[in-house]
Parts: sequence; structure tokens; C-alpha cells
Amino acid sequence: MALIRDFAVQLAEMLLVLALAPALTGLVRKVKARLLRRRGPSLFQPYRDLLRLLRKEAVLAENASWLFRVAPYLIVSATWVAAALIPTFATGLMFSWSADLIAIIALLASARFFLALAGMDVGTSFGGIGSSREVMIASLAEPAMIVIVFTLALIAGSTQLSTIADFMGSPEVGLRVSLGLALIALIIVALAENARIPIDNPATHLELTMVHEAMVLEYSGRHLALIELASMLKLLLYISLIACLFVPWGMAPPEGTMAAYFAGAAAYLAKLAVFGILLAVFETAIAKMRVFRVPQFLGAALMLGLLGMLLRFVSGGF
Amino acid sequence: MPVVIGLCCVAAFLAVSVLGVATSRSQAGTPLVYGICLAASAVALASALAQLLAGGTADSTLVLPLGLPWLGAHFRIDALAAFFLVVVNLGGFASSLFALGHGRHETAPHRVLPFYPAFLAGMNLVVLADDAFTFLLCWEFMSLSSWALVMAHHRDPENRRAGYIYLLMASFGTLALILAFGLLAGPDGGYGFAAIRASGHPGTLIAALVLVLVLLGAGSKAGLVPLHVWLPLAHPAAPSHVSALMSGVMTKVAVYGFIRIIFDLLGEPSWWSSMIVLALAGITTVLGVLYALMQHDLKRLLAYHTVENIGIIFIGLGLALAFRTDGMEWAAALAFTAALFHVFNHSLFKSLLFFGAGAVLNSTGERDMEKLGGLIHRMPLASFAFLVGCVAISALPPLNGFVSEWLTFQAILLSPELPEWGLKILIPTVGALLALSAALAGACFVKAFGVTFLGRPRSKHAEKALETDNFSLASMFLLAALCLLAGILPGFVIDALAPVTQSLVDGHMPVQSTLSWLMIIPVSESRSSYDGMLVFVFIALSALLSVYAIHRLASHKLRRAPAWDCGYPDPSPFTQYTASSFAQPIRRVFGAVVFGARERVEMPPPGDPSPAVLHVELRDPVWDWFYAPVAFAVNFAAERLNHLQFLTIRRYLMLVFVLLILLLLVAAIWL
Amino acid sequence: MSGHLAFDIAHLLAGSLVLASFMLLYQDRLYAMINVYAGHALVLTLSVAWQAYIQDAPHLYITAGLALGFKAIVIPVALRRIVQQLGIHREIETVVGIGLTMLAGMALVALSMVVMLRVTGNAAPIAREDLAFALAVVLLGLLIMVTRRNAVSQIIGFMSLENGLVLAATGAKGMPLVVEISVAFSILIAFIVIGIFLFRIRERFDTVDVGAMDQFRGERR
Repeated sequence: MALIRDFAVQLAEMLLVLALAPALTGLVRKVKARLLRRRGPSLFQPYRDLLRLLRKEAVLAENASWLFRVAPYLIVSATWVAAALIPTFATGLMFSWSADLIAIIALLASARFFLALAGMDVGTSFGGIGSSREVMIASLAEPAMIVIVFTLALIAGSTQLSTIADFMGSPEVGLRVSLGLALIALIIVALAENARIPIDNPATHLELTMVHEAMVLEYSGRHLALIELASMLKLLLYISLIACLFVPWGMAPPEGTMAAYFAGAAAYLAKLAVFGILLAVFETAIAKMRVFRVPQFLGAALMLGLLGMLLRFVSGGF
Repeated sequence: MPVVIGLCCVAAFLAVSVLGVATSRSQAGTPLVYGICLAASAVALASALAQLLAGGTADSTLVLPLGLPWLGAHFRIDALAAFFLVVVNLGGFASSLFALGHGRHETAPHRVLPFYPAFLAGMNLVVLADDAFTFLLCWEFMSLSSWALVMAHHRDPENRRAGYIYLLMASFGTLALILAFGLLAGPDGGYGFAAIRASGHPGTLIAALVLVLVLLGAGSKAGLVPLHVWLPLAHPAAPSHVSALMSGVMTKVAVYGFIRIIFDLLGEPSWWSSMIVLALAGITTVLGVLYALMQHDLKRLLAYHTVENIGIIFIGLGLALAFRTDGMEWAAALAFTAALFHVFNHSLFKSLLFFGAGAVLNSTGERDMEKLGGLIHRMPLASFAFLVGCVAISALPPLNGFVSEWLTFQAILLSPELPEWGLKILIPTVGALLALSAALAGACFVKAFGVTFLGRPRSKHAEKALETDNFSLASMFLLAALCLLAGILPGFVIDALAPVTQSLVDGHMPVQSTLSWLMIIPVSESRSSYDGMLVFVFIALSALLSVYAIHRLASHKLRRAPAWDCGYPDPSPFTQYTASSFAQPIRRVFGAVVFGARERVEMPPPGDPSPAVLHVELRDPVWDWFYAPVAFAVNFAAERLNHLQFLTIRRYLMLVFVLLILLLLVAAIWL
Repeated sequence: MSGHLAFDIAHLLAGSLVLASFMLLYQDRLYAMINVYAGHALVLTLSVAWQAYIQDAPHLYITAGLALGFKAIVIPVALRRIVQQLGIHREIETVVGIGLTMLAGMALVALSMVVMLRVTGNAAPIAREDLAFALAVVLLGLLIMVTRRNAVSQIIGFMSLENGLVLAATGAKGMPLVVEISVAFSILIAFIVIGIFLFRIRERFDTVDVGAMDQFRGERR
């Protein structure tokens, strides 16, 4: 009985992240529009966009290979598995021990690997621009993320996300310098990985500013719907990660009651809304960087993460 | 008993080598030689695997009356040797299978067939050897037979240069190892490994010298920076199945030599020896992958990438050394297991990738990525196997590369407990370098696969490529299947490695095969766990679910049309990204600092229809800072010493006289 | 528990000062650098005020007030006016690229950690770690001075170095004459800033003028 209940909770979490991802993107777009004194599309417009794309005919380039057609499924499945492993409204879910934080990052790296390959598949120069810039950004963002994971793991004593979330929620964590550095570095990495301003513009189709959009330029119809869904899931994933690591209060403990789960879900929705609004405000307030300023920006994140890790190695009090 | 089997297989290899001389010019030579090698490798593999899985049973030894009269030739298989024999013979098996198909296209079979079995024999013998003389003799035999294979296509001046440098570095490495063994054996000790172990711990100075010499000797064969320079010249020059063996297996034999001497024979190394190993390994990892990113020759890219993976293995070994000297045996076992797992993984996927490169070379005649492209349509099966190799080597779950990298990261996370200050600063840096190299490796293989197999063909050869033969495909798919298995069932591999770590660092990881759901737990469940099988199942399930959902909810219509390309499609295949252009952002970020990369564009004036030319200039810092001064100094000294050739008779007599006086003085003072 | 929290906040503020020094290293525009320096001084104010609170040393509030009024408000405003009036070039040219500079900064922070934690073996842990951060800020300030060609950025580096010294002085409990020393340092800085721009000591630095910067192109490749 308990097994079935645990399984149901885990399943509910997986479906919850899938259902909420477009809403989060819709919220960010709506707030950005409002800040620009526009009315903006409705909160549920991304759902309608995905449905519209699903119903359209998919147009493939003549020389697109099987990899081009298979990649969207692989990307969305890797991203979904990674997003489902992050505690949202409850910690200690049934399969949370099967992949720790390093495995989650590596799953996102697989998704990115196939996306970059898909960009190279048709043999156009736009695809090449997108893929080459994406791997350059990833070559700095991913090590920064891993170093942040190290810092967190050294503080919490584990790389399991549930254990870290529990530790962060407990009073023994204190206000540590290395945590502060890890938070700043994580925000920078999250911006880079989700192709947000100041690293990439999610709303552009100008070659000068494209990274993610250039890789998916040749996609259409249901394939494009899957890729859009994957990038929405990725945004949700990173925001959930920041929320569960640095604002972990409100999450139901393992073997909690139904009331605790509902309270956790409400807290989670609130956190998503707050972070979505903050993201929209930040994107509106700042301009996009030059492409070759991005490695310095991400290099700064890597340095901050490395500093946090170094402080943990050097002394336990940091 | 297993030793006898191993030696019989070696004898079979040597016999086939002689046979190869006789039959190489005939039609039947190739399948005969490779077929017998295949069978012998299979037998040796089975025997070594049985020995490894049997766990802590007694080692089998054998002494043959060959070699030095008072020493004989000792052979022994213990847990470490059994593991490395598995690696060597698995590589030999896959390579022979590949060569059954690939070898038909060989233009100079009389230069390859006799030496290939000799190479396999040499590698097996090095791992079997149990005394210093046999070890060194077989090491040299392995180097010479691989040199002969590198020089197989000796009409090409690049191959000749590669062979020359390889011979130089190999001889230098053997010299370093001879000195190391001399120091270990001591002034009156025996040369058998058992005698060296029994002679007790050498002093710190001797230990330090031995470490440096072994790093020079075994490290140069493995490919540690700065001794790696022969590797990217020699590995591509050899035929593809031999390149796979050299990169995937011979470098591991060098790692075996390092482990045998430092972990087994040396006893107690000092704490700073791990610092040297870690620092070198960290630099090797990052430099190797950066070099690989700058290449556009497919085989050279793979060879430089081997350098990076050797760095990862040595990071694990350095951590194991550090933990062992501080008495943390369980952490040492974790780090050591991570290193050995990576040895196994790398031999699998590097061989697979080299086989793919060989298949491409066979079908198109090109190694240069700038002339390939679109091969996924012409060679679908080979490209699928190559893709699996690319995913595995980029350390992506659920394949095997991720597991060994994950274990190495877990070992790094255990190291704040090490007390030494140098390690406290070095290990986070090495961890960041490892993470950086993992991300760059992904970039490198997106480039390798994307430029070679995807896109549109950039030359006639690429347009007309044909699928490779069945033997090559069989061996590639075998290796790809093993990559997947090792990724989703890592617990069994870790348990198989337990006797090796137990014998060398006195500790082993917790037993993995009894854990539920086939997960692996490196230290304890509360710390971290990973379940490769579950991750694979989850990904498969969610992929199937999305396919099903799309099938039900979405339109099924599909239409083929010319590429969109923002409305400006260009029919010429030269407008797509090349290998150099793909690497340009990374070259600009990292290459400017590390390689002094400079780009120069020659633009014709407006109105002139001639094409613009882009020059990219890279300087190899290791050649400039390390080898060029050494070569200069050697030349300088040689020139000065040359004057000794032209002395008069009186001067020669003076030399003899002076030396005699000196000798008598020394005798007077010290005796 | 509350003592633990107090120490944590002191650490956090000291770490933020190191972070602000890194941000100074990262900037490539002069106005941004001046703004970040204002932030640097603000963090110093908070840190000194917090030390005044937990050490129960009210005279440190004067130092905090001085940092806020003089270094966070007056100096940045004055520098902006000077930059505008003298038409100083607003791009910051570094001697080596920003990436390498930040790597050097990391190495310096590691060095100061190692040095401070080894040398002060038997002092209170909180004081040792704060001193380590302060030494890191000093070294980073020196790094800024050494790797910048523009005079204004070199001055900012010097002022951040002095902020690090003030942090060290206030972190060590019971150091005498802290207020007097900080006032003296501030007057010194004021005179340097005035001296450079009023009496044209600019020839001693690499360069300040627009005309010399014409060869600068967007990327030095």
C-alpha cells in the first residue's frame, strides 16, 4: 500500500513538472510584456502554441537524416527524466536515489549533445553557428555547474538532491560564504543554460544573437513542439533546482501526509511564480552581452564556484 | 594453470607471426593470420576473465629457463595482471575481428601481417612478466613491433617522421624504466618482482627518483603531457586496427607498468608523489582535449583525445596514492576502482571510435574531416556505432563513460579529509579541470561526428562512400553493446575489480551486485548512489511515452523540402560549417591563451572574384618550451663534442693519460 | 546559536567584499567600475557596522559612517565628474585578458587562504578566516593596480586595497586607533585623487588620454 502511494506521488511529480512548464514560460513572457507596457499574450498561450505546432505538418529538409527526426524525442525524454528527479513539493520520492545531482547535469548534457548534433545535421551555416556557440557556452557552463555541485555536496555531505534539500532546510546549515558564492554562480549558469538574456535571446531570429534558436531553425511541426517543450522543461528544472536548494522550506518530508503534499505543492507554485517574476524583471533590466563576453561571464561563474569549493576544502567553517 | 594458457596463446601469436611472413603475399594470408589471432585472443580473454572473476584465489606463477641464466623468466598472473589481460585480449579480439574485414584493403600486407601478432604477443607478455628483465625485454618487443606497424606505409614522409619520433621516445622511456628497476632492485637485490617486494621499503630519495623515472618511462608510453608528442604522430600513422590497439590497449599496458611499479613494488610512496601525479594528470586532461578540438584529421583528433583520457585515469591513480598514504583505504579503493573502470571503458570506446575512423578511411579514402560529410546517409550502420562511441566517450548517461567519471568525482568529494595543504589546493583545481575537460570532450565529439557524418558531403569521395563490410560492423557493434552493458550494469564490473583493489590498496568498495535495483553505491547509501539501469529504463520509457503521445495527439503528415536556412539556402556544400569553423569559438576562448592561436584573413580587394583565405596559426606550447630547447641543447652539445673526432694523435694520447691519472687519484682517495 | 549566526554574517560580509573585488576585476567599462567600487565601499560599511555591533565597539560606527559617506558616495561622484570633464577614455584596457586576470585572482585568493590559515595557528577561528579574506582583498586590489593601464582604474584598485586593510583592522578585535587610521587613509586617497587630476601627475601612469587609445580595437586578437 505504501509502495503504491509512493509510486503515485512520484508519478504525480513527473506529470506536475510536465504540466507546469509551459505555464512558467507563459508567466515570464507575460511579466516581460507588462514591464514593456504591453498587454502581452495570455498565461496559457504556450499551451496553445504547443497544440498548434502538434497539429501542423512537419517539413523536413531533403537531406535530414534519422538523427534529425529522433533527436527531439531523445531531448525531451532526457530533460523530462532530469526534471522529474528534482524534488518539487516533497523530498525523498521513490526513485530520487537513482540519479544524483551529477547524473542530472549529465542528463542535461546528453540533451544538449543531441540538440547540437541536430543543428549540424542539415548542413546549413545557421545550424553550425548555433551548435558551435552552444558547445562553447556549455564548455564553461557545465564545469561551473559541476563545481557548484561539489560545493553543495561538500557542505551537505552528499550528492543526492533529496539529502541536500533536507540539509538546506534544517537549521544546521547557517549562512555560509561558500553557499552565497554557489548561489550567485548557479544563477549565472541557469541563465546561460536556459538561453536567457544576457547570454542568448529566447525571442530572436537574428543571426547575431542566436544560439539556441539557430540550432532549431530547421525544425517544424511536432518536432518543434517537442523541442519547445524541452526548453520549457529545462527552465522549470533550473528554477526548481534553485528553489529546492536555496529556498527549501515548505517541502513535504518523505512519507508525509496528503495535507503536507498539498501544502508543499502550494509552496512550490508560489516559489515558481516568484522566481519567474524575478527572471522577467532581470531580463528586462539588462542588455544582452556580446558573444565573446559570455565566456568571461561564465568564467566568472566557474571561478566563483571554484572559490566556494576551495573554501570548503580549506576550512570547515566556511 | 592460467599462466600456462596465457603463455600458450602467446606462443600461438608468435607462431602466427612467423606464418604471416610466409603467407603475407598470398590471398589467404590475411584471413588466416587474423583468424588465428582472433581465436588465440578469445582463449586468452576467457582464461583471464575466469581468473579475475574467481576473485581471491592464489596467483599462478611459472618460471621458464629462458633469458638470464641466474634469473630465468618469471611469469605470473595475479588479480591486477588478470584484469589487464582481459583489457588487452578484449582489444585484441575486437581488433582482429575488425581486421578480418578491414585488412582486405591493406596495400602493404607483408608489412602488417607479420608484426600484428607479434604486437599482441608483446602486450600479453608485458602483463604476464614477473621479473624486471622479462618485463623490459617484452616492453621493448612491444615497442618495436608497434614501430614496425607505424612504419608500414613508410613511403609517406609524415609516417617516417612519426616513426622516428616514436622510436626516440620509446627508447628514452625504456632507458628510464631500466634505471627505475635498477634503483628498485638495489645494489645486491634480485630482479624478480617477488625479490623486490621482499627487499623492503627504499629510502625517500630512492622512492622519489623511482617515481620520476617511472613517470618518464611509463608516462611517456601512456601519453602524459609533456611526453605525449609521439602519440598523435604515431597512432594515426599506423593502420586503423593497429591504431585502435595502440590507443586503446598499449597505453593501458603503460598504465599497468605504472601501477605495478608504484603501487606494488615501491611500497610506501611519500605524500607529495600524489601531488606530482595529480598535477601532471590535470594538465594532461585539459591540454589533451584542447589539442583534440583544434584538429581536423579524424585519427589525430582521436589520438589527442586518448591523451585526455589517460589524464583522467592518472587523476584517479593520483587520488588513490594520496588516500593510501593517509590511511584512508576505502577512499583509495574508490579512486582506484574509478581509474581501473576508466581503463576498461576507454579501451572499449576508443577502439570503437578508431574502428569507425578506419571504416570511414576505407570507404572514402579520406581522414580529413574537411573533406567528409553526410556519411550518415551512405554508411548508416557504421555511423550508428560511431555515434554510440561518441556518446560513451562524452561521459553521457546511461553509457559507461559516465560511470567512471562519476566514480572519479565521488572520489574527489571524499578528499577534503586529506590533511596536506598542497592537496587541499590542488584537488579542487584538478576537479575543476576534470569538469572542464568533460564538457570540452562533448564539444569535441559533437564536432567529430557532426562534421564527418552529418551535413552535406564536401567532396566526391564522401558522396560516393559505401557501407563497410560485415566483420568491421560486427566488431564495432560488439564494442558498442559492451559500452551499453557496462553503463547499465556497472555493479558487476566494480565487483570484478574488487580483488585488484584489495591486493593493491588493501581495501575494496562495498559489494555492489547484492544491492537492490542494480544500483551502485560507492561509499554509503546516504552519500550518493546511481542506478544506470533505472536511468536507462526511465529514458527509454519517457521516449516511448512521448512517441506514443505524439502518435495519438499530433498530425502524422511529413513533407520533404529544401532546407529553410532563413530563406537563403546555398546549394554549395562549402557554405556549411567545417571542422575549423566549428571549433572557432572555443579556439578563440581557450586557444588564444594555450596555443597562441592567431587567425588571419586575406581578403581580396572589392571587385576581385578570387576567394578569401583564412589562415589559422597554432603553436604547440610543449614543443616550443620543452622539446625545442632540449633539441637545441642536444645539438649544441653534439657539435661541441664533435671536435673530439678530429684531434691529433698526441691529443688522443693526452686524453687517455689524463683519464688514467684521474682514475688512480680516485682509487687513492676512496680506497 | 546566536553567536554562531553573528559569526556567519560577519563571514558572509567579508566574503561579499572578496566577491566585490572579483567584480572589480571583471569590469571592462569605467563607469561600471566606479559603480562597483561604490558597492565595494557599501559592503565595507555593512561589515564594519556589523563588527561594531557584535564587538560592542561604538567607535567603529564612525569608521562605518566614514566608509559610507566618503568612499561610497563622495569619491564615486567625484570620479565620475572627473572622468566626464577630462574626457578620459572609458574603455578599460587590461594588460592580459580578463580570463587570465581572474585566474590570477583565484590563485591569489587560494594563496591568502593558505598563508593566513597556516600562520595564525592559534588565534580564534573567526578572526583567522576574516583575516584571510582581508588579505585576499588586499592582494586583489594590488592585482587590479598591476593589470590595468588606465589611471582611474588603478586608483580604484588602490582604494579597494585600502578597504581590505580597514576590514582586517576592524576584524581584529580591540585594535587601537582604528578610526584615526581610517581617517588618515581616506585623506591620503583624497589627496592622491586630487593630485593626479589637478596637478596632472598623469604622466606617471601609463596613460589617461583619449588620443593614445586610438589603436584599441574591440578584441586584441
